[in-house]
Amino acid sequence: MPIHEKNLIRPENLSTHENLVIDGVDVSGDWSTFIKTRVVPDYNEEMQEEIAALPGGENIHRCWQCGSCTNSCTVNGLNPDFNPRHWIYLIRMGYESELVRDKDIIWQCVSCNKCTYACPRDVVPEGVMKATAHWLELKGYTERSPSSEFDEEFSSQVFKTGKIEDGRVMMGFFKRTGQPLMQDWLVDMVKKMLRGLPVSWLMKMGMATVIHPRTKNWGPARDAIEEYAREQEEKHAAAVKGAHRDAMFHAAD
Amino acid sequence: MSTKKDAYKKVAYYPGCALEGTGHAYNKSTKALGKALGLELEEVDNWNCCGAMEVKNIDPKIQTYLSSRVMSIAANEMKHDTVMAPCNGCYHNLKKAEYDLANDEKSREVVERLSSKAGHETYQAGQIETIHALDWIKDAIGEEELNKRIKNSLKGLKVANYYGCMYTRPRHIFPEKDQGEGSESTSKPHFMDDLLEAAGADNVDFALKTACCGGAHTLSDADTSTKLVTNIIQAAEEAGAEVIATECPTCHSGLEMHQIRAEKKFGIKSNVKIIYFTQLLGIALGLSPNKVGLNQNVSDGKAALRARQIA
Ligand code: SF4
Ligand code: SF4
Repeated sequence: MPIHEKNLIRPENLSTHENLVIDGVDVSGDWSTFIKTRVVPDYNEEMQEEIAALPGGENIHRCWQCGSCTNSCTVNGLNPDFNPRHWIYLIRMGYESELVRDKDIIWQCVSCNKCTYACPRDVVPEGVMKATAHWLELKGYTERSPSSEFDEEFSSQVFKTGKIEDGRVMMGFFKRTGQPLMQDWLVDMVKKMLRGLPVSWLMKMGMATVIHPRTKNWGPARDAIEEYAREQEEKHAAAVKGAHRDAMFHAAD
Repeated sequence: MSTKKDAYKKVAYYPGCALEGTGHAYNKSTKALGKALGLELEEVDNWNCCGAMEVKNIDPKIQTYLSSRVMSIAANEMKHDTVMAPCNGCYHNLKKAEYDLANDEKSREVVERLSSKAGHETYQAGQIETIHALDWIKDAIGEEELNKRIKNSLKGLKVANYYGCMYTRPRHIFPEKDQGEGSESTSKPHFMDDLLEAAGADNVDFALKTACCGGAHTLSDADTSTKLVTNIIQAAEEAGAEVIATECPTCHSGLEMHQIRAEKKFGIKSNVKIIYFTQLLGIALGLSPNKVGLNQNVSDGKAALRARQIA
């Protein structure tokens, strides 16, 4: 099937006839309405460039549509609608409205790099997925995904102190996404962990959530990183037309 | 190779954030293993986070800088030529930074700018070699030598060796892999199998060695992670494994967490135990289970070992 026509066979473009005989041939059932207009009026010709300007998207122009990325993709194995090759195609065509239909799953890439391993053209599809998810957020098509919230929580702690502490990242993430801290399965896990942990270690872990582990003399590195991060953020927002998010990265309190 | 053998006798040690937190048992067992094998670890002074996946997603060049700072301290201040990272994520990031610094002018510029502002020497590609804990044991000791030192064989223990994504992918950041005989493979890694077999384990044929556990979304998209982990655990059990050996704190806690979550949320029970390869090797060398932090694992590895009269 030509890739471009995929949208034409969606349910809304099919008409169903319980009994339909045309020229003596019974064509009852789904009947494709290929009479719908094939003129696509809303190509965004800058879409590829905009995504290429975001970290990870740089090599998107190299894709020759071999499909190795989708074929090897971990998330595609769970959900066939997760299709990096198809999205790269839509981006290169500038078919924005089609891409946006899948906006809520693109962020689910697990960064396993199977696609990047398999790609014969060094497109780095894993990076393209991240850039695309970022682009959808900058354009305002999606809310910040849980994954972005996690990345921001984690990164802001690193930028601030040089290190992270798992418990604090977890708590920060749940807080940002409005989830209860006490998820039943987590409680179960913690109980099993407590069974074997020495008291001194527990105390140390508990303390780490209060007294942040930090790299000594981190101040100058922190300032340098934060300055650079802000610059990049502005650059990225400027590269995406109509970006209406404020800064992607909010420095931690 | 004797050069590696000597070089790896004393290495800079980069535990990374996870080994100071949930991966504490991995930290403990790696150190205990080094001690038992007469290998020396010198922790990188005043290290910082490697940037993990999260900082990369915010800005890849900041991640390159963070990793390069660690390598700069190990090379320039501590004068090491090898840094060993047991965490797949740290290992991957240091290797990636090495690749980017050797191949991408812009990355070099950013690292130079940030290093000079932060007040330390800029790391130059090639100054140091980053290795994983698997390379370390494999090349500094080797199977033969290891086998001679086994006091408590893992005899008959059915193990599925699980390597995860970051140890092998993407291929281009690991130039030493896929070099034929003796080298590690990115499609069918075998270093962990080799070492555990030398310790007496009975490795099972396990197809999902490098499958992803969904670690990146372990909290942000927990259902996806639970499905991926369940696939791995079920494949291991079908292959007859009693234990899944791990080499990464993220994979390890991911497997442990989502094994519980799978049971709690989806009623999918499994019995396989998750144990760090360093814990298994430590026990085989005669260290007590507590010495390698087995009591800190969430899944009850002791039971599996006891059943085989190993611990
Ligand atoms: S594997 Fe690479 S070249 Fe092939 S379709 Fe995917 S991105 Fe394009
Ligand atoms: S990195 Fe993302 S897109 Fe690539 S194979 Fe993994 S899940 Fe699929």
